[in-house]
Amino acid sequence: MESAATPHKSELRKTPLNALHRRLGAKMVNFGGWDMPVEYPSSGGLIAEHKAVRGSVGVFDVSHMGDIRIRSGAKPGGALAAVQHISMNDASKLAIGQAQYSAMLYPEGTFVDDVIVHRLGEDDYLLVINAGTREKDFHWVRENTKGFDCVVEDLSDAYTQLAIQGPRAIDVLKKLTDANLDGVKNYWFTHGTICGLKNTLMARTGYTGEDGFEIYIPSNVATSEKVWNQVMEAGREFGIIPCGLGCRNTLRLEAKMALYEHEISDKINVWEAGLDRYCKMEKGDFVGRAALEKERTAGLKRTLVGIEMIDRGIARDEYCCCNEKGEAIGVVTSGSPSPTLGKNIALAYVPPAHSAVGTIVYVEIRGQKCKAHVVPTPFYKRPKKTAAQQVS
Amino acid sequence: MAYPKNYRYTKEHEWVNVENGLATIGITDYAQHELGDVVFVELPKPGTKIEAGKSFGTVESVKAVSEIYAPAAGEVIEANGELHNTPEKINTDPHGAAWLIKVRLTNASELSGLMDAPAYEAYIAAKSTEASA
Repeated sequence: MESAATPHKSELRKTPLNALHRRLGAKMVNFGGWDMPVEYPSSGGLIAEHKAVRGSVGVFDVSHMGDIRIRSGAKPGGALAAVQHISMNDASKLAIGQAQYSAMLYPEGTFVDDVIVHRLGEDDYLLVINAGTREKDFHWVRENTKGFDCVVEDLSDAYTQLAIQGPRAIDVLKKLTDANLDGVKNYWFTHGTICGLKNTLMARTGYTGEDGFEIYIPSNVATSEKVWNQVMEAGREFGIIPCGLGCRNTLRLEAKMALYEHEISDKINVWEAGLDRYCKMEKGDFVGRAALEKERTAGLKRTLVGIEMIDRGIARDEYCCCNEKGEAIGVVTSGSPSPTLGKNIALAYVPPAHSAVGTIVYVEIRGQKCKAHVVPTPFYKRPKKTAAQQVS
Repeated sequence: MAYPKNYRYTKEHEWVNVENGLATIGITDYAQHELGDVVFVELPKPGTKIEAGKSFGTVESVKAVSEIYAPAAGEVIEANGELHNTPEKINTDPHGAAWLIKVRLTNASELSGLMDAPAYEAYIAAKSTEASA
């Protein structure tokens, strides 16, 4: 037996909670150069962690994510102009306290990274970016905002970021904060005191397809461990458990949320990835817009679809998609058993002619052609509690 | 979980138990722990010839696909059909009910190079120390 998830250890970067994860007996893996927990046997493992988030609440250390702050220079408006230039969604629509899913693009209309843009103040924005692309992203943002009257700061090492996710996440955090979390809508955020830490950013965001919050606390080890432990204590009555990157992946896949280097990359454009609704062509010029305009006229060569296996077998990342004759037509970008649905699901790029729901496609699994069909996405959508939680 | 004294172990974390000329093969507790929740098993049909050191099947967890290697050459007599619907048994009883295949060995002396239980326990202890260093 040989495991694909062999731990590496050389010069890996560590979050402030690394020692705590190890004390908890987490299984650690190299994730984009970071030594991160993939699952906690003490929590019952990946499937138990996944189900805790769907059914109640789980907590993730996502401190490996990067944070870039963009503020206006001497005159107002510089930060917004810079953010508009480097990201595809329309940041002018953001109220203070609101966030939006967006992406930074290369001139070719392909992805530098996806990002959540938070409007902290009148002339103050926080971009939360992926771990594996931190340095590349910061360099790219600095280069592409040079012509704007703004100040760009890399705050990635300043924060420990905890994601408290699941339908009971709000109940856990209410016990620890004075902030009015009920008043925070999906993709909005607030500042308040939590675990005695004043002015803490608490955002109703996440990467699980479930309700939940991401909180940003100072990155020193003692504070980070103290907050983690208080969250665990407050969540005990709801059955909270630590959750690793393993279930973070299965949760985001069920919700069809993109993962960099999988569904999105420097080779894939916005239309192919199906992220049209986050790309505001009418807002004015931005990096990548001209290429996207041309691509839109040229038409799609491939498109992202959700598939579900019919034959016995699990489609995995990078497996080949083929037609009935066995000719290659596309590729799986993410594939896994779905703990919520009890089915084997995947996202794949296929030509538009094969993308209609119900279309039969085949996935090549260890030399065998296994039957699958295109299904509607997201694979999983959480039940809506109130209109206030609609995605903006 | 204890490693049965009468079993022999491979560096790739399979175990083999020979009784009355028939070898039962499975994966070790260490292997199932490394894999995590097992959700899928693919095993050869009876009559299949397996070769020493070559993959004869796969065990998949949610996250990973693992090839299973034959500790010795032989012919598959039986595959554990129970695992088709309950692959998670590999997580709970890897050394017992969740055996993978029974094989008639071509040459039982091929097993002489494998580790006994104390040697295997020392081998995985060294791996765990390495991983947490």
